[in-house]
Amino acid sequence: MRVLKFLLQKELRQIFRDKAIIRVLFIMPMIQLLILPLAADYEIKNINLGVVDHDHSEYSRKLVNKIISSGYFKLKDYSPSFKEGLHAIEKDKTDLILEIPTQFERDLVKENEATLFVAVNAINGVKAGLGSAYIQGIIQGYNQDVRMQWIQFPRINPQPTIEVTFSDWFNPNMNYRVFMVPGILVMLVTIIGSSFASNNIVREKEMGTIEQINVSPIKKWQFILGKLIPFWMLALVVLTFGFTIARVVYGIVPLGHYITIYIFAAIYLLAILGLGLLLSTYAQTQQQSMLVSFFLTMIFNLLSGLFTPIESMPAWAQMITKFNPVSYFIEVMRMVVLKGSGLSDIRYHILAMLGFAIFFNSWAILNYRKRSG
Amino acid sequence: MKQFLIFVKKECLHIWRDKRTLFILIVMPVVQILLYGFALTNEVKNAKIAIFDQSRDEATMVISDRIAASRYFDLIKNVHSYKDVEATFREGKIRLAIVFPLGFRNDLLHTNHAQIQLIADATDPNTANMLTNYATAIINDYQKSITQEQELPYTIKTEVRMLYNPELKGAYSFVPGVMALVLMLVCAMMTSISIVREKEIGTMEVILVSPLKPFRIIIAKTIPYLMVSMLNIASILLLSVYVLDVPIAGSLGLLIAESVLFTITSLSVGILISNTARTQQTAQFTSLMSLFLPTLLFSGFLFPVENMPLPLQVISNIVPAKWYYIIVKSVMIKGLGFTAIWKETLILMAMTMVLLGISIKNFKIRLA
Repeated sequence: MRVLKFLLQKELRQIFRDKAIIRVLFIMPMIQLLILPLAADYEIKNINLGVVDHDHSEYSRKLVNKIISSGYFKLKDYSPSFKEGLHAIEKDKTDLILEIPTQFERDLVKENEATLFVAVNAINGVKAGLGSAYIQGIIQGYNQDVRMQWIQFPRINPQPTIEVTFSDWFNPNMNYRVFMVPGILVMLVTIIGSSFASNNIVREKEMGTIEQINVSPIKKWQFILGKLIPFWMLALVVLTFGFTIARVVYGIVPLGHYITIYIFAAIYLLAILGLGLLLSTYAQTQQQSMLVSFFLTMIFNLLSGLFTPIESMPAWAQMITKFNPVSYFIEVMRMVVLKGSGLSDIRYHILAMLGFAIFFNSWAILNYRKRSG
Repeated sequence: MKQFLIFVKKECLHIWRDKRTLFILIVMPVVQILLYGFALTNEVKNAKIAIFDQSRDEATMVISDRIAASRYFDLIKNVHSYKDVEATFREGKIRLAIVFPLGFRNDLLHTNHAQIQLIADATDPNTANMLTNYATAIINDYQKSITQEQELPYTIKTEVRMLYNPELKGAYSFVPGVMALVLMLVCAMMTSISIVREKEIGTMEVILVSPLKPFRIIIAKTIPYLMVSMLNIASILLLSVYVLDVPIAGSLGLLIAESVLFTITSLSVGILISNTARTQQTAQFTSLMSLFLPTLLFSGFLFPVENMPLPLQVISNIVPAKWYYIIVKSVMIKGLGFTAIWKETLILMAMTMVLLGISIKNFKIRLA
């Protein structure tokens, strides 16, 4: 126990005397939490619309007005021909072209049927899908308006209609930040936990100071714990700092208890730090360990459900997420913060995370060699 | 010239002998492309849903069956009270709940009007929107099937054409983004770390006393990484064409030329970082903070730049990856020629000049 105390003292001093680390530790959360949520706004709005109106009729003008007043579309280009409209799409000036054919009004009134053409820049599939759905919805609404003008509908609906009502639970304002900020917090502590811990040991290897530890009576587990505990505490401090920013800047207060999150975070960090230590027992140079931990955190973060929903991944990728500690924490974080889930709701997540923690740390202890070469 | 070649050889050996790093450098883009191409899509399918059916009649059964059979939804639970609905949401099991009121079919038959309530887990707003859209479409289909198919007068039809990417595949926007990301990472981060490593270990002193000009030393350092990047571009392009079915619509030569230009830009960023950093750790964090994050954020492939507040949109202009992303998108996906991208190319060139100029001016021959 005494040995461990001295080790901890050494590690903490080392950390606090390196001003660069302290700076990174507090600047990184600031940047990530202040800028990333502003940027990670996937809400589809401001779709840039180009109009090619061959008809120039009252109807075509009304239609365009209705589309623009919906709030989703911004009229950015008004071209006389489709070719010129397409040019605007090529230059990324517009995302979507609405082409109104000549005699649109006449066809609609005389022939009872008229056709509109919509061309969407589909490189970004989601935006294209939602954009075309929105514009079709608006055109349908406009169609209804036209019919109302011409036909007198009876008061009681002659046809059976099903009315669909919507409720958006847990985030009624559809605010993207509430969704992203908790996830970004997870990414933050993950990066700090995994890369700092692994760099730390490899640095001692590269500098040669690990020799001194190897010849001392420090036991393997003491060494590993001595490296683990300081970063564990640091990461929890950063998490707290992050929650403070989330609260002050975004007004995000978890619906559930902070205690639930901290209990889970404590176990999670053991697992992630254990992984970092494990990597460091294999790596020889800092370049190696940085690259490996960077590579792994990247895959973990991409496959965590932070940016894209896990359900839409193919089966094999969903299997991988089962072995990805980050995806568990992101899920727990969102459940507790947004839905107010309690400890009993996340019991399986906790068990899984305990499993990860034990697995990585025992492997790291087993693989740490006091002999060199 | 001979001295220079020897230096290049030394650097190549450095990388070649560190098999682990080399392995990751070469495999990383492959894994990224495969992940982005196959695993990461915003398209929603197999979303877990629950149905709370209070009337259990013919109509609700048919609608439930249709929804459960669609590829968008995966019915995992029939619940029996609003409390159950809430509990299932709280456990994180479902994304959408469909509630049929009591006497649904009766209402529909006798008053010609019935209601269905869709409760979405709106923590993820876009997914919630898409799910309610899909469910509404299925319900509308059912409604059409029970009303006699009759032509309504004054119908406006809409023909929609999806340009460039008719199947709405995610890979079309991810491939150019991954190219920018990987090149940035390999060139800038790895070069800066490898230069700073020599400082940290002390071998920089040996190099600095050699007769070679400092500028040549740096160039020699970057050449192996330039070669690795070329290899990465090749593997990314091969994978995207043959595995992801994303064709190269424009000229391959132009695409490669632009990629080389961007690689040189990234390398000069790496050199600049290595000038200021003293330890590898600082070099790594500086490159992560000033390169990786901005590339991810502002290049436009992951996050829509047009949604960002104005100051961020302005900042995005100084991120080289943004311009490269536009170039790749134009040449590779849209199939445009050089006339469409000369402006972006010029910007990248100017950036490279400025970056190289600063780093040559700041390069110290003396150790502090």
